[in-house]
Amino acid sequence: MITLELPKALCSFAETQASVFLDDSCKTVGEALIALGKQSPKALDRIMDESGSVRRHVNIFVNGESIRFLDGLSTPAPEGSTILVLAAVSGG
Amino acid sequence: MVKTRARAPKAPQALLLVGTMKGAFVFSSDRSRKKWRMDGPHFRGEAVYALLHDKRGGRARTYAATNSMHWGPTVRSSDDLGKTWTSGEGRSVRFPPEAGRAVAQVWQIAPGRAKDPDVLYCGVEPAALFESRDGGQSWAPNQGLLNHEHQPKWQPGGGGLCLHTIMLDPLNPKRMLIAISTGGVYRSEDGGKSWRARNSGVRAEFLPDKHPEFGQCVHKVVHHPSRPERLFLQNHWGLYRSDDWGDTWHDIANGVPSDFGFAMEMHPHDPDTVYIVPLESDTFRCTPEAKLRVYRTTNAGKSWEPLVKGLPQSGAYETVLRDALTADTFESPGIYFGTRSGKLFGSANGGTSWSEIADGLPPVVCVKASTAGVA
Repeated sequence: MITLELPKALCSFAETQASVFLDDSCKTVGEALIALGKQSPKALDRIMDESGSVRRHVNIFVNGESIRFLDGLSTPAPEGSTILVLAAVSGG
Repeated sequence: MVKTRARAPKAPQALLLVGTMKGAFVFSSDRSRKKWRMDGPHFRGEAVYALLHDKRGGRARTYAATNSMHWGPTVRSSDDLGKTWTSGEGRSVRFPPEAGRAVAQVWQIAPGRAKDPDVLYCGVEPAALFESRDGGQSWAPNQGLLNHEHQPKWQPGGGGLCLHTIMLDPLNPKRMLIAISTGGVYRSEDGGKSWRARNSGVRAEFLPDKHPEFGQCVHKVVHHPSRPERLFLQNHWGLYRSDDWGDTWHDIANGVPSDFGFAMEMHPHDPDTVYIVPLESDTFRCTPEAKLRVYRTTNAGKSWEPLVKGLPQSGAYETVLRDALTADTFESPGIYFGTRSGKLFGSANGGTSWSEIADGLPPVVCVKASTAGVA
C-alpha cells in the first residue's frame, strides 16, 4: 500500500482526506496521482494542471526526497512508501 | 396582541465587488453611497482577477475567479453574497488534454444573454474563451478561437496573454466580440463558430508593421447596450472609437495627457459618456504628473475633461488596471475605481466629485459594481 499525504489547505479545496491510501498497483508517483484523481478529481486538479505538469509551487516528496531531484513523475513509488504533497516556499 | 407591520420593500443596496492580489472584498452601502461597509477578505492570499454579480434567472449569484499561487485557478460562486462559497465549480475551467496548455488565470467572467441565465463566459490566460451552459458547473473552450490560425502568433503582454473583454450584441444573437492582449479584437457573426480580426486603424507601436491585421495590444473595449455598434477602445497607446462593430477604428485621443492606459468604462445611461484613467507610458505605468485624474468624454470622444475633485493632485503615482474601473446603474450613477496601491475611490454623481472608500487594501485588480436587495 502507498500512502499519499495531502496538506490541510488542499483538503479543503479538494474535499478529500489528508491521508489517501492507494493499492500497490501504482508503481510511480505519476501513477499514484492518477489513482488519486480517480478518487478525487478536484484534488488532482490542484496538484497538476491539465497539461499534466505538477503545478510550479507544489512540491512532492517520496519517502522524504523531492521528485524534482529524482525522476519527476516517473519516480518510483515502492510498496509501503509515503508520497507527501506540500506547498512550496511561496504564497499570497 | 401581536402587532403586525407591512413589510416595506427593501431599498436597493449598492454593492462593490473588489478583487485584489490577496483576496476579494465586498463593499455595501445604501443608495446614498456615502458610507460603505467592508466585508472580507474572502479567499485570503489568492489573487481575484474577475468577479461577477449575476442577477439573471431570479438568482443573485456572485462568481469569483480565484487563483492560489500553490493550487492554481478556479471559479467559485456564492448565493449569499460571500457568506459561503463553493470550493470550485465542477472541474472548473480547463483546456482539453489535446490543447497542450493549462489555464494560468481567469481574467474575465461575463454573463450570457438574459434569456439564457445559465450561460456564462470566461476569458482566460493563455488567451481563450470558455463557455458554460450550466451556470458554471462545467466549461468548454470555444473551438473557433482555440484553433484560430492567428492563435500561435498571439503574444503575452506585461500581464500575460489574456482574453479580457467579452461583449455580446443585444440585437444580434449571433454576434460576439472579444479582445486579447496581445492579439487584438476579434468578432464572430455566427455565434462563436468563426472569428475575424477587427483591428483596422488600431496601432501596434511595438511591431515593425504599425497597422497589422492582428497582434495589437488592446487593453479594454466597452460599449453601451443602446448603441451596441459603437465601441470604445483603450489600447496600449491609443484611444479609439468604432461606429461599425469594429470594422474600422478612429483615434479619439483628443485632449488627454496620455493615450496609454488600461481602464475604460461606459456611463450606464448615456451612450456618449465614457471614463478612462490615463497612465504616463508603458515604461512608467503611473498617472501623469503624479495627479490622479479620471477623464470623461460626454461627446463620444470629441473631447475629454479631467475629473479631479476629491482626488489627490500631487504625489499620486497610481495605476488603475483594466478591470478596476466600474459604474453602477443608479439614476445618478456611481463611478468607482481601485488602484494598485490599494485605494478605492467612488463618486455618486457620475464623476463630478470623488471620495476615498478604502485605503490599505492589497493591490486592486478588479472592481465590479452591482445592486442587491431591490424589491
